[in-house]
Amino acid sequence: MHRTKIRVRNLRLCFGKKEVLNGIDLDIYENRVMGLMGPSASGKSSFISVINGMINFEDHACFKGQVHIDGFGELSEKTDHVALRKRVGTVFATPIPLPRSIFENVAFGSRLKGVKKRSELNALVAESLKKAFLWDEVKNRLSESALKLSGGQQQRLCLARTLALKPDVILLDEPCSGLDPISTAKIEEALSELKRDHTIILVSNNTKQIARASDFVAFFYMGKLIEFGPTVKVFTNPEQKLTEDYVLGKFG
Amino acid sequence: MRINPRLIDKLMRGGLTFQALFTVAILVAIVLIIFVKGFPYVTTEFIFSYPEDMGRLGGIFPFLVSTLFLGVLSIAFATPLGIGTAIYLTEYTKESSLTRCIRFGVESLAGIPSIIYGLFGFIFFVIKLRMGWSLLSGTLTIAIMVLPTIIRTSEEAIKAVPNNLRTVSFSLGATKWETVTRVIIPSAAPGILTGIMLSIGRAVSETAAVIFTMGSSLRLPASIMDSGRTMAVHFYILAREGISLEKAYATALVLIFSILVINILAYYIMHRMIARFS
Amino acid sequence: MNRRLANKENAIRLVLLLFALSSLLFLFIIFIFILSEGVPLFAKVGVKNITMGTRWAPTKGFFGIFPMIVSSFMVTLGALVLGAPLALGCSTYLSEYAGKKTKMVLKPSLELLAGIPSVVYGFLGVVYIVPLIREYLGGSGFSILATSLVLGIMILPTITSISFDALMSVPAAFREGSLAMGATKWQTVYKVVLPAARSGILASFILGMGRAIGETMAVIMVAGNALKIPTSLLDPLRTLTSNIALELAYATGDHRRALFSTGVVLLVIIMSLNLVANFWVKRRVDK
Repeated sequence: MHRTKIRVRNLRLCFGKKEVLNGIDLDIYENRVMGLMGPSASGKSSFISVINGMINFEDHACFKGQVHIDGFGELSEKTDHVALRKRVGTVFATPIPLPRSIFENVAFGSRLKGVKKRSELNALVAESLKKAFLWDEVKNRLSESALKLSGGQQQRLCLARTLALKPDVILLDEPCSGLDPISTAKIEEALSELKRDHTIILVSNNTKQIARASDFVAFFYMGKLIEFGPTVKVFTNPEQKLTEDYVLGKFG
Repeated sequence: MRINPRLIDKLMRGGLTFQALFTVAILVAIVLIIFVKGFPYVTTEFIFSYPEDMGRLGGIFPFLVSTLFLGVLSIAFATPLGIGTAIYLTEYTKESSLTRCIRFGVESLAGIPSIIYGLFGFIFFVIKLRMGWSLLSGTLTIAIMVLPTIIRTSEEAIKAVPNNLRTVSFSLGATKWETVTRVIIPSAAPGILTGIMLSIGRAVSETAAVIFTMGSSLRLPASIMDSGRTMAVHFYILAREGISLEKAYATALVLIFSILVINILAYYIMHRMIARFS
Repeated sequence: MNRRLANKENAIRLVLLLFALSSLLFLFIIFIFILSEGVPLFAKVGVKNITMGTRWAPTKGFFGIFPMIVSSFMVTLGALVLGAPLALGCSTYLSEYAGKKTKMVLKPSLELLAGIPSVVYGFLGVVYIVPLIREYLGGSGFSILATSLVLGIMILPTITSISFDALMSVPAAFREGSLAMGATKWQTVYKVVLPAARSGILASFILGMGRAIGETMAVIMVAGNALKIPTSLLDPLRTLTSNIALELAYATGDHRRALFSTGVVLLVIIMSLNLVANFWVKRRVDK
């Protein structure tokens, strides 16, 4: 039925001496959108930093448990994080375009991988921009500076940039905070198409967005995974009282 | 009797404005005098012909060549070392006693006066390493002299690159070195370039350190081991020996003009690079 | 892929570390060679005989550089007295009174003008200042006064630029608070801004002093090259720097070593000045 792309068993993580993840068991399914929700300081950011290889092991005193990504392997301190990051792309909360042209932004990751031929890059850039629903707006000005785009366009550019790497997993960390509703809608529309080819993890404090855009949802609270299941079920008939309170907006 | 503070305020404002204008005026006057007195003698012949009669007649072509050589080559030596040091200090380590030591070394090098560099270059390159008075001795000495400036300006420029650009680069699968070469250095390029241009200006104006390492031969240097005379040294000798007032002004003008051109070029390139992508 | 990449990154790190250590290496060899040439004479002839000796006749065995130490200090102080107030006034104007447009024009101009070679200052000093002094004040014109004037002008850009930075880093809140209490602009500048920037301003003075005391070529041109301790502003003099530069080309044996000893003394003085300046700058940061 669903294939597990990322299997997390008993993940524990400390930041300095504080425990930020306390025994997480989670299955992230392939070609689905997994929403991660929870109030601030619930451990969501630490969790995704393990998955996308951006974790800085110097800051984290303990890393226990198993994290297995299908097609890549087991994650540990010894993992080749550079290779991991080429397979798990990240879109951050604030759009961070590189101070270059639109074309060069999208092509950046591919050039790193060694793609050099202009025709290949052209095709790759066009394909990625189309998938991010940005192509029509920029196809005539690819050599313009990316900094001239609006916030919503820049964020879609960041998405395209990640897509150009053809990653297995795409991680979006509060991608629509600060974006207007139209840009938000475009990104959510992109996600619903992208999940056909990628596994998507969407982190958000915005429960309504999680409800709209994700197939499954995991609720984090104070470093623990409180509940996880299909979105419809968790939102309409949650098993934990805590989940129900959060979904109803009683705290957050 | 209490003096009206408003009156004092006005007086002081006037006084300070005057001081600022006076300062700038002095410095502008210097450039103007050199220009006015030197311009009549700066002809194409002057620039491209050789000196005669110890510089009383003829031109400064060999000195132009030596100066160009010194400026370009000393920077060529110092820039990789300087940028590499800056990259190491900002990207590859955290603050530690080693980095403090290195910074102390850089600051100290910056504080050493040029005559000491002249003494050092003389005893080390000219005598002990037997390079003699040569372009090579001069270039190596000046390279060490400008190194701290390049390190400082490069470090500042690299530090000014926003941290989130590094985050993005890493998240796209770049290694640290790829991030440095493809993201950080290009962003820091304007600042780094300014430092380089400034250093070229310094190298070319230097006299004390150059005269004791490069010598003061009137001939066009044929190889890197030949002695040579830079424009600054030539100017000094013309002035001190009283050889020719006109040629001195003319040489000074060419020298100052070259430095001005380099500085203006630096600002122009810097502004264009910044405007292109921000 | 992982191991090869890790090795490449490690190799790069090592190369960069070596580059960074090169500064320490250069500092080390500079000190070693200057000291190895300069210190033996101190041992042979005696530190006191050199630093306090008043007779400089190196070919005859007299290596006293006391007059030069005194001269160096005198012209440096003179340069500071003449140049610092003007430079500080200029930087205060730039920081506190000048509009954005004025700043944009003046600041780069000052930086451009800081690029004027020191020999040019010396030259203009010889051509204009020395004759003026000779005509209206007496003496040969080559004097402490001439040297201090030339050096004072030379250190204007240095002091202006650094004290400007110090003034600009005083938080705007200080000024706003003072003005809100009804003080005039000058009162604000005088009672609030200048004291707040005090460490940086003092550091700029010290760095200006460092530049003046290390200056060689311009000084040679206007100082007059006399070996006695100057007793009046119009007396000619020889500084530590000119001592080295005037004789290095033809000195041999103990004579040459004495020049290196002069260099050692100069280095000690300048390093001390720099340490003091750095200490003061750090105090500003800690505040």
